[in-house]
Amino acid sequence: MIPPRRIETTLRARRDAGHKLLVPYVTGGLGPDWARVVEAVAAAGADAVEIGIPFSDPVMDGPVIQAASQQALASGATPGSILAELAQVDVDVPLVVMTYYNIVFRAGHRRFARSLVEQGVSGAIVPDLPLVELDGWGRAADDAGVETVLLVAPNTPDATLAEICARSHGWVYGVAVMGVTGVRASLASSAAVLGRRLKAATDKPVLLGVGVSTPEQAVEATADADGVIVGSALVRRLLEGCGPDGAAEFVASLRTGLDQR
Amino acid sequence: MTSLMGQPTADGRFGDFGGRFLPESLIPACAELEAAFTAAWADPGFHAEYESLLHHYGGRPTPVTECRNLSARLGVRVLLKREDLAHTGSHKINNVIGQALLAQRMGKTRLIAETGAGQHGVATATAAALLGFECRIYMGEVDTARQALNVFRMELLGAEVVPVASGSRTLKDAINETLREWVATVGATHYCLGSVMGPHPYPWMVREFQRIVGTEAQAQCRELLGGADPDVVVACVGGGSNAAGTFAGFVDTGARLVGVEPAGGAAIGRGIPGVVHGSKSYLLQDEHGQVMEAHSLSAGLDYPGVGPEHAHLSATGRVSYHPAGDEEVLDAFSLLARTEGIIPALEPAHALAWVIRAAGTDELPPGCTVMVTLSGRGDKDVAQVAALFEERGGSRKDPLLSPRG
Repeated sequence: MIPPRRIETTLRARRDAGHKLLVPYVTGGLGPDWARVVEAVAAAGADAVEIGIPFSDPVMDGPVIQAASQQALASGATPGSILAELAQVDVDVPLVVMTYYNIVFRAGHRRFARSLVEQGVSGAIVPDLPLVELDGWGRAADDAGVETVLLVAPNTPDATLAEICARSHGWVYGVAVMGVTGVRASLASSAAVLGRRLKAATDKPVLLGVGVSTPEQAVEATADADGVIVGSALVRRLLEGCGPDGAAEFVASLRTGLDQR
Repeated sequence: MTSLMGQPTADGRFGDFGGRFLPESLIPACAELEAAFTAAWADPGFHAEYESLLHHYGGRPTPVTECRNLSARLGVRVLLKREDLAHTGSHKINNVIGQALLAQRMGKTRLIAETGAGQHGVATATAAALLGFECRIYMGEVDTARQALNVFRMELLGAEVVPVASGSRTLKDAINETLREWVATVGATHYCLGSVMGPHPYPWMVREFQRIVGTEAQAQCRELLGGADPDVVVACVGGGSNAAGTFAGFVDTGARLVGVEPAGGAAIGRGIPGVVHGSKSYLLQDEHGQVMEAHSLSAGLDYPGVGPEHAHLSATGRVSYHPAGDEEVLDAFSLLARTEGIIPALEPAHALAWVIRAAGTDELPPGCTVMVTLSGRGDKDVAQVAALFEERGGSRKDPLLSPRG
């Protein structure tokens, strides 16, 4: 059984011990060894791992994660097959899945929440389920003990931001840039502003993601936040065939950058 | 009296359907749009501007035409609401003029839009040219190939057309790509969505901008029919904007309402509730919740979902929805051309196909009156239809004299 609030407890402890937090994203079902990639990035210094359950119409994702999602779906990955493989993954950090709402809705809120718990997944991120539509899934997740990480955008008004911080579990996900996921040459100026707004509003771990691609950008982003989520930069390497070792090497470089800051 | 097609609830619901399922980055833009539309739609000045443009520029009101030859052939009295005669050749102009005026009031400088057949893209590019917006249109690669003429028209009107190569490379992927761009450019950009779908307030707002079709048609039918309403009112449904506008004018009358979906994209006929592109509605999807690809010869109806209000109208039983297959649609396309001298777009040819099939049955008993919204003209489709006829061996036979086996 997963201990309650495992993500938030783990991340708070790491943060309070003086570490910056690192959550890499891996597309579930991408290549035959994707579960080994999850283990490799966990061993290379991740504080939690985010696993994408691919959806046919990922509106929050740019070209890299779209391509990875399509590839995974074409090879036959399903929400069930990905969760079943995750149950076998040997890691000592919490796992959180990221997927789109229709996958959750189709499975049924309670059934989806229960299957996450049964397969050892601690949390969920559903980027097309904004606060105004959270209720049904939010209740089912809370009842099952699944931590739902909510997203805040640079243009989210203060009152909504405060409410999202209150309702988010695990951490608060700051979307660093107005845009979809993808590798960018430099960190958006909106990242620092949002990081400061979130840190002023909540004591929960604050992580910035979307457009955080390099160790330098990760260091820059954590000047105003507790940590970062790195997705497209890692998935691009996976699409190029870097495999578990290459993924571990990249995540280790992010970890080193954050530790040496 | 509260109409069945009135305002949705505060959270954008029509019964169990609708809502605002989008990334948090787009929620403020939807809220801003809802407030702007609510204020504008209550403002007589806005209505005057919208109606004046549709009259002097858009060619409204469009007529209702009685089809004497077709009626004689079918044994039922067929009336057509002639949206094919509106500027740009379809009902899409009604919606884009409304949204472009609204975008102007909101201080936006750019319009972006998705398009399937290209009619909504052409209409958006037209409104952008008229009212001075920058304009970018996303269109699936499959559709840029089968609707090449409309790509050229959009470019001629000054719009940039971006072919979309992701997913099934049709309308649903064009919507994904437009939403992705909107997340990044939302400050100065208005997303001019083309149908009664997407997040609240779009399904409501687009229906209101298309209501003019039904309002005009209802009055015109009463004039033609000595104060009576048609027995049956029919429109084709992809996302469902021409049908929503048409039905809005007849929902409070005694007319039976019929929506016709493409057999290969029948979200109401074969879908189950799901969420994509911002709202909950019926959706063609697999057992895991992956959205399936629709298959229709009409690019404008090639969509696996349907507007949420149609899902509600179906659930309440007020509107019945039926499928039409590609072959009978081609037959209907030919028959209207030959009997009435009107070449319909492939989309409303679906509505006509149902009328031809149902005429003389309990659905459309002999002597009854049926009004069909002819949502657009077929010029854009003739090259594709010519190729299909070629494929099937020569020109079409008369569907009434030689019924298919």
